[in-house]
Amino acid sequence: MSFLGFRQTADIDVVLDCSDTRKLAEIKTEDGKKERHYLYYDGETVSGKVNVTLKKPGMKLEHQGIKVEFIGEIELFQDRGNHHEFTSLVKDLARPGDLLQNTSYSFEFVNVEKPYESYTGSNVRLRYFIRVTITRRLSDIVKDVEIIVHTLSSYPEVNSPIKMEVGIEDCLHIEFEYNKSKYHLKDVIVGKIYFLLVRIKIKHMEIAIIKRETTGIGQNTFNENETLAKYEIMDGAPVRGESIPIRLFLGGYDLTPTMKDINKKFSVRYYLNLVLVDEEERRYFKQQEIVLWRKGDKPRTRIQQQPQQTVEQKQKE
Amino acid sequence: MNTVNGSSADGPTQESTKRLQAKKQTLDDAYAAPANFLEIDVGNAMTHGFARNRYTDYEIRLRTNLPIFKSKESSVRRRYSDFEWLRNELERDSKIVVPPLPGKAWKRQMPFRGDDGIFEEDFIEDRRKGLEAFVNKVAGHPLAQNERCLHMFLQEPVIDKNYVPGKIRNT
Repeated sequence: MSFLGFRQTADIDVVLDCSDTRKLAEIKTEDGKKERHYLYYDGETVSGKVNVTLKKPGMKLEHQGIKVEFIGEIELFQDRGNHHEFTSLVKDLARPGDLLQNTSYSFEFVNVEKPYESYTGSNVRLRYFIRVTITRRLSDIVKDVEIIVHTLSSYPEVNSPIKMEVGIEDCLHIEFEYNKSKYHLKDVIVGKIYFLLVRIKIKHMEIAIIKRETTGIGQNTFNENETLAKYEIMDGAPVRGESIPIRLFLGGYDLTPTMKDINKKFSVRYYLNLVLVDEEERRYFKQQEIVLWRKGDKPRTRIQQQPQQTVEQKQKE
Repeated sequence: MNTVNGSSADGPTQESTKRLQAKKQTLDDAYAAPANFLEIDVGNAMTHGFARNRYTDYEIRLRTNLPIFKSKESSVRRRYSDFEWLRNELERDSKIVVPPLPGKAWKRQMPFRGDDGIFEEDFIEDRRKGLEAFVNKVAGHPLAQNERCLHMFLQEPVIDKNYVPGKIRNT
């Protein structure tokens, strides 16, 4: 009823603790723009202050309670409006009453579980945010502040190379090898193609990185393929016995970790597609799944920081 | 300090020049003629017959080193309707998307034309180019190369239209 102009309204600001030291991360929004938000990891405490600024000094704001929530949710674009919350924590900041002046409340969600990585795809979005609600009789005042979560993995225990011999009978036999099956996001794919038999006229060869986003379950699964990169690795026709080296830097592309069956709602997988193109533009290809994972920048210093934080907080209390 | 050194050692500095060990190519392989040689020329158009039975045919010369072809060099004469036959056979059996032919010229066969109709030199040349592109596309296709009809079309002196369709296996 604010348009009537006589009711009190308020602005809500959320200031996260250590917001000057905390790193920012970028994430694409649905319309392709990039946004920057504070970056959190699984298990970290989310704390901060909620500042309520009254717009009209001298007038009181009646409310039915003020609360702050930490929400992690998955939104499938095929059924919009249906948000699946997998994490939801609530803290009450104030009992029903009146606000007479600008007030700030501090809140703390201790060691919050953030099991999944923030993700915006073509059919699904996974996001975390802090929502402050001032409950009122007719319309609530709500403020959402988004944060980004990255999931870190340690170096995989088994990381065998991918090596395979493929071809078309009596036409083209090749052997390809990629040095690993699991790459971190800034990794380098080192590999080679070895030609065993060449009876077609090859014009060039390229490697494509394909992202496959699967949403839904059972019969309602929906796949979306996107070619993120095309990288030429050979120009011209090879003969038998030739080796073509591959060195593909993943850091240059916009990749996320591989995500498998996130909350039984969606998956994001990555494939290397090796494509040979002949003189008549016929294309011969072989797809191979690779697992992408996010490596921690400085795992050791981060672990050291965390206990310090908790000590400080205890001192405050 | 140790961790910093450790992370940079397996970091970009070393990765940026890394390669997998490659087998050395033998000199025989390196200098031998490539095993993908296949050239088909369509040319030497000739018009046969008189009056209503006149038709044009073309020489199809093939040179290859692919073992799937029975002879390394061959030359046969084919007319447009033979190309149509080949295309229909492939369409039916081979499960490949067969490229189009240069097109039938119904209009040019109508009587009382000012020119020579389908025996006009420019038309024959255009059609020859189209047929050459078609036959090279088809013969280079790995799946089409298994079809018996392609080999009969390219290398048998006469097309036996009552042949048994099927695949030929490389010997």
